[in-house]
Order: sequence, then structure tokens, then C-alpha cells
Amino acid sequence: MLFKRSPDLKYSDVTPRDVYLNRRKFLYGLGIAGGAALAGKRLADMISPATQVLASSKLDGVVKGKFNTDEKVTPIQSVTTYNNYYEFGTEKEDPSRNSKKFVTSPWAVAVEGEVKKPRTFTMDEILKLAPLEERIYRHRCVEAWSIVVPWVGFSFSVLANLVEPTPNAHFVAFQSYFDIKQEPWGRYAGIQLPYVEGLRMDEAMHPLALLGVGMYGETLPNQDGAPVRMVIPWKYGFKSIKSLVKIRFVKDQPPTTWNMMQANEYGFFSNVNPTVDHPRWSQAKERRLGELFKRPTLMFNGYADQVASLYNGMNLKKYY
Amino acid sequence: MNSILTSKWTKVAVFVSCLVPLGILLREGFTGGLGANPVEFIEHATGDWTIRFLAITLAITPVRKMLNLPLLVRYRRMLGLFAFFYVCLHFSTYLIFDQMLSLSGMWQDVMKRRYITLGFLGFVLLAPLAVTSTAGWIRRLGGRRWRRLHQAIYVSAVAGVIHYYWLVKSDIRQPLLYAGIIGGLLGWRLLVWLGERRREPAPRPLRSKEPSTVVTD
Repeated sequence: MLFKRSPDLKYSDVTPRDVYLNRRKFLYGLGIAGGAALAGKRLADMISPATQVLASSKLDGVVKGKFNTDEKVTPIQSVTTYNNYYEFGTEKEDPSRNSKKFVTSPWAVAVEGEVKKPRTFTMDEILKLAPLEERIYRHRCVEAWSIVVPWVGFSFSVLANLVEPTPNAHFVAFQSYFDIKQEPWGRYAGIQLPYVEGLRMDEAMHPLALLGVGMYGETLPNQDGAPVRMVIPWKYGFKSIKSLVKIRFVKDQPPTTWNMMQANEYGFFSNVNPTVDHPRWSQAKERRLGELFKRPTLMFNGYADQVASLYNGMNLKKYY
Repeated sequence: MNSILTSKWTKVAVFVSCLVPLGILLREGFTGGLGANPVEFIEHATGDWTIRFLAITLAITPVRKMLNLPLLVRYRRMLGLFAFFYVCLHFSTYLIFDQMLSLSGMWQDVMKRRYITLGFLGFVLLAPLAVTSTAGWIRRLGGRRWRRLHQAIYVSAVAGVIHYYWLVKSDIRQPLLYAGIIGGLLGWRLLVWLGERRREPAPRPLRSKEPSTVVTD
């Protein structure tokens, strides 16, 4: 069992990181058959070094957090090679390939807007704001696949309380880092960048809403949103913004990236809800990575007991 | 060139090449090389190869006309059947792993989700073409009717591309590439058809029976 590991055994020791290279060979094969242009691109992948350099390092003093699911944790290899991070490309394996040189240090997060004490936190400061907790959450993508991830971080409310939001702060707007030089793939993402997201104040202050700085006992890999991100386990994955650089407390509901792209498909709330389908596909079931068949999707991704009260009296079909 | 095209060995080589994508899928499947979501990987790979084989099949006529290689037509049936082969794999993967073999679930999906509707249409349209691809069926239907029937591949290819276009979330480069290729191949036919129509002075009152040659379209 992963959880009864000895203290110095890391999650990354459990699964070899270079296994996924087989997949590249397959893509290379497709390239040969499919066309010379593709083959050239795949060839470049083939001759790149076989070992993947991940900048992740072990996080010390991580304590066991609340709200842990006892479901089987998804292998780190899946969580680091199957990503939606359009700044680094739109194919699932693109972010792991393209984010290797992404610079995450130094890093700072500006917190501003309707707060009494606006300030900028450096990454070092963020890591010391509260004891780091391991929280094993289900994560459900809007594309109907899911994973179980042992995140490391602390409740977002810890940071929010430090800057003392004013009574005018009804929403929180988040912004991702974006630099076309480091993330040229963003040009073809088809969505407007930098990526922006938002939460209602009570959602953001809910103890489940996590400010994530790591996973599997280590700092976040670049493709998973290094160095700091949000994790909102009862909402579709795209609400959990990655590589956070700005947090703004605001009065009105802020614009959010996927909602701007296609409002009828991606609502502001985007709570996991098996009874409200995406216009193009069903949300009733999901494929847990590692499983072949689909399993039923749970209301609020299984966190209804904790968060359903936030939406009392709201028509969740209207506010999807 | 013609001796190469008529050689039995060329046909064998083309046949084996058409199986390479499946071979790679199987090998990677057994060695864990299909990534974190193997079902999705297989669905995408077999879907891609269906559209590619449809495009290759549709390219036979323009290429043989432009390069004056009429014998190329000897490969058209095989390539078309491989398009059908890969769409069968594509559809079975969906039916087994996404719908757990539930025909009612599949049908609900077909009726409700427009990208599934079009994908299903493209698949279903190819089935009669595969069945009637034999020499016996060409004889039975007659060249003209057989050709008309097999023009359903145009609809199938367009449906396949739109199926793909409607599936992607925001990065539409790949479906647009396929749309360009299929559009080009169909556009070429349209131009040829318009050119022929202009050359024909007026519709003849009594249409004489044209010799039914199967190998043109």
C-alpha cells in the first residue's frame, strides 16, 4: 500500500518514470506510416534523452490532512504524463514533454483587490504560511476521466485571511502565468491566455479548497501546475487553475477562460454534476485512469456532504 | 511502373503496410505503451486511421488521372476496405468500453450527441460499400448503380471529419487539416464534374446506354 510506505520511500520510487517512453515509440511508428513531417517531429522525441528530468523535490514536514479518500491513488506516472495544460500543448502527453524547461523559481503570487492588506507572497513565504497537509482528493475532468491524487498544500482560506478581504469581496479571480516565449504552444491552444478562473467567496473559503504546492510528497511537477495551484475537488478540473501568479478579490463575478470560450458548455460554477450533461457528451460516467470501463460520476464528485450546502436553493441546471 | 502496379507482391506489400498501425497498437497494448488512458488512445488512433484510409482511398482516382496511372485502381478496394476495418475497430472500442456493449445506451448516445450521430452515420454508410465491394456485386448492380452507391464514401468522409471537429475542445488544427485534405479530394471531383457538364452541349433527349466501366468515377 502506498500509504503505509516507509518515510523515505517516495511515490516516484513506486513507478518508473521512463516507462511511458514506449508510447513515444508508438507515436513515432504512427509518424512513419502517417507522413514524413510527423515522423520528423517524432524522431526528435526519439533521440532526446531517455530519462525524464523532473524538477520535483521532496517536501518535508507534510502531515496527514482531513478529507482524504481511501480510494486507490492513481500512479504518479499517469498523473504526470496525461495532462491538460494548454500553454504547453493540447495533446495529453504534450505538457510532460514541453514543460521541462519551465522556470518556476523565483516565483511570486500577487494578492490584491478588495483586501485590507494586499501583498505579494514569494514561493518561500507561501510554503511557510501553514503546515503542509497531504490531501488525497478525487479529481474529475470535464472530459469524463478522473484520477485520485495525493496533493500537498493547505486550505486557500489561510492565505485569504492573511490579506483580510473587505466586505466587498464577493468573488476571487485567479490568473495563471503566461509567457509566450516559455510557452509558445499557447498560440495554438484555441483559448485566450493567460488562463483565468474564479470562485465565489464562500467556495474559495471552504476548507476543501486547497492551495496546492505539491503532490505525491514532492513539489509539483511543471506539467501539473508548478509551483503553486488551486485544487477544487468538487468542480471539474479546469476550475483548478495551475501556476498561479495573481489572486484578486473582487466585487463582481470574474470572467473565466473556458466560459469565455464557450459559455453554453462551461459554466462559471462547473460543479461536478452527473445529471447535467456537457452539451456534447454525457457527464453521468467517468473513466478512472487505470480502469477500462466507466464508473458512475458522483454528485459534487463525492463531496456533496461537505459542499452541497453552498448551493442551497440554487438551480444547478441553470447555474451549471 | 505498370509492372510494379500489377505485381502480386506489390499488393501483398500494400496489404501488410495497411496492417502496420494495428500491429503497433497491439504491440504497445501488450507492453503498456498506450499511456494513461489506453481506451482513449485506441479510439483516437483507430479514428485517425479511418480518416487517413478514407483520404488515401479518395486520392486514388485523382492521382491515377493526374499521373496517368490507371492501374492504381487495383488498390482502391483494398484501401477502402481497410478504412472500414479501422472504423470497425474504432466503433467496437466505443461500444465495448464506453457503452459496455449496451445497444440501447449506444442508440441513446447516437440520437442525443451530434458528434456521435455523425460518426455513426459515417460508419453505417461504409458497411454496404464493404459488402458490395466484390466483383459479383458490381455485376449484379451494374456499373452505373454501383458507382452511384459507392459515392456514399464522400458523405462518410465528410461525416468523419465533422465528427472529429465536433469532438475537440478548442485546438482545431488537426480536424481542419483533415477537412482540407478531404475537401481538396472532393473539390477536385467537383471541378471535374463541372468541366464535363460544360463540355456536354445539351442533355440528350434519348440517353444511349453508356458502356458500364466500373473503374472510373
